[in-house]
Amino acid sequence: MEALILTIIATSIPLLLAAIGELIAEKSGILNLGVEGMMLSGAVGALGAVLWLENPYYGIIAGALSGVLMASIFSAFTINFMTNQVATGLGLTIFATGLTGLAGAPLVGKTIPSLPKIEIFLLSDIPLFGNILFKQDFVAYLSIAIIIFTSLFLKYSKSGIILRAVGDDHQSAHSVGYPVKKIRWYATCFGGMCAGIGGAYIPLVLTPHWSEGMTAGRGWIALALVVFASWIPWRIIVGALIFGGITIAQLVGQARGWAIPSQLLSMMPYIATIIALTMISGRLSKNNSVVPSSLGKPFFGSQ
Amino acid sequence: MITFIPRDKVSKNWIIIAPILSIFFTIFFGLLIFTFLGYNPLETLYQIFVSPFSRIDRISDILVKACPLIIIGTGLMLCFKSNVWNIGAEGQFIMGALLAGFIALSFPNIETKFFLLITILAGFVGGALWAFIPAILKTKLNVNEILVSLMLVYVAMLFIDFIVRGPLRDPMSFGFPLSKPYPEGALINKIPFPGIGFLGQLHYGILFVFLLVPVSWIFVNKTLGGFKINVLGSAPQAAKFAGFKRNSITITVLLLSGGLAGVAGVIEVSANIGQLQPEVSFDYGFTAIIVAFLGRLSPVGILFAGIIIATVKLGADNAQMTMGIPKVVTGLFEGILLFFLLTGETLQKYKIKWSEGKK
Repeated sequence: MEALILTIIATSIPLLLAAIGELIAEKSGILNLGVEGMMLSGAVGALGAVLWLENPYYGIIAGALSGVLMASIFSAFTINFMTNQVATGLGLTIFATGLTGLAGAPLVGKTIPSLPKIEIFLLSDIPLFGNILFKQDFVAYLSIAIIIFTSLFLKYSKSGIILRAVGDDHQSAHSVGYPVKKIRWYATCFGGMCAGIGGAYIPLVLTPHWSEGMTAGRGWIALALVVFASWIPWRIIVGALIFGGITIAQLVGQARGWAIPSQLLSMMPYIATIIALTMISGRLSKNNSVVPSSLGKPFFGSQ
Repeated sequence: MITFIPRDKVSKNWIIIAPILSIFFTIFFGLLIFTFLGYNPLETLYQIFVSPFSRIDRISDILVKACPLIIIGTGLMLCFKSNVWNIGAEGQFIMGALLAGFIALSFPNIETKFFLLITILAGFVGGALWAFIPAILKTKLNVNEILVSLMLVYVAMLFIDFIVRGPLRDPMSFGFPLSKPYPEGALINKIPFPGIGFLGQLHYGILFVFLLVPVSWIFVNKTLGGFKINVLGSAPQAAKFAGFKRNSITITVLLLSGGLAGVAGVIEVSANIGQLQPEVSFDYGFTAIIVAFLGRLSPVGILFAGIIIATVKLGADNAQMTMGIPKVVTGLFEGILLFFLLTGETLQKYKIKWSEGKK
């Protein structure tokens, strides 16, 4: 049972990280559909770095940097050249699929050591949930820290309020004198960093070797999670755990030979995403205030 | 510092210059990346862009590969024009092929080619039904069509895998996940040319493209439906005042694009494979997104764009065989191309002004 919960947590961490990063970007008004691409880059960056430097922690840094690099490309085109965000995001994912396929080709067949678990003194000895909560790897702790940080940042910090203002009405934010484009650059790059680390987590913990397109749609599920969470950070934890649970349930089902064909079980995370989106979207359309109003709209104002 | 100044009207020159410049930039940056990753840039350039033209049968293979791209791209054009983001054509392609395959396999002895009309219609229905899911969710419950249509791609891929390994598996396939071969009436033949024989894999499915391009041109430019789609995409406020029903247009374009993707699926399987297998599409549905944009969301443009992208795809196959470059590398070119094409769109509407100093 404990092993099962640990697996569910591990499965949900890439989703959680990618989703919280995208949430910040969307709060600033940027819809980045390139999450899948940024995660792939993070994965291949991490693999390359760990094979080269032989220390899994460099994988986290390399993953973050790869994600930021991809996010910068996206920002340059959408924010500075005012290209359509939906199409550019798609382009980023397609681009990254090609780039990582090329960069990953020499890595095929090589295995990396996985990220070590860190026991927190005394706390990890607590019966029942000590091992689950306090014997995790660095990225797991980091992702919870990021959720808490973004939650407080958006709610209480001045920068967080400005970021939300930019996302809700970029024209007004601009006329009050806030640097809309700069703020969006930062927010998008933060999103890239989180997605990159989320992508890095896949080879670092889940499957320790490269295969083309190894993120398998997690970036897209992360995008759905943001909607599912109605742009509220802590709800992403809930959403990510549900999706992690469904993914694992499906694997367990296959392993135990449930009388359902494996392909139909594998569909579950994707169908669950559609169902979750449907349930939330119906409610959102009645209560529109949680969706950043400038989301996806290009900002033409001079800077 | 660069600033953008709105133009009084859309620059005509840029409409033509932008795609050409984009292709130029794409090749430049693509080669830069290749060099950086340690591949011979000139050899790569030759394999990807020149080798597909080196033999006549290879040129006809470009047309064969362009065929599904143009058909799907034309459908996507209608969606993108009206700001509906169907990115699940890959799934609609699969479901079209699957429904048509099911019907084809239900009549194992049929020989008349008129039967193709039925399977193609079935493909249209299959693709359209798959696109109907995001359409109805979008219009009734305001669910994001991007995510729904994409999730359905994964579902469709798993579904065809299940069908081909399970219910429709040919008992004589020696354990391979293959259906029975299609009956004669459901196959699209290669075109015989008098005196030459067959040109590569060139098949009669190409006729559908010759039909589709003019029909879609007339639809977009000369009919009320096409006019509504254009207005809805370029001036949503005006469309609202004119009383165009946003929802019915959204549903229509999704059904049409899903249907066309389904037809592309039928043609691909009936002409090139002849039975169902787990993998029937080779990213055609995703690649067609690039085709639609490269073609400037116009029917004739998409015809040329389909041919260009098909060339790159075949070139990448060649590069994989001769140089060991993974063929997903086409994505690299497609992505960069899309970035620059979109930038070109901005430059049509805005002039660049270089100014000195900070801000």
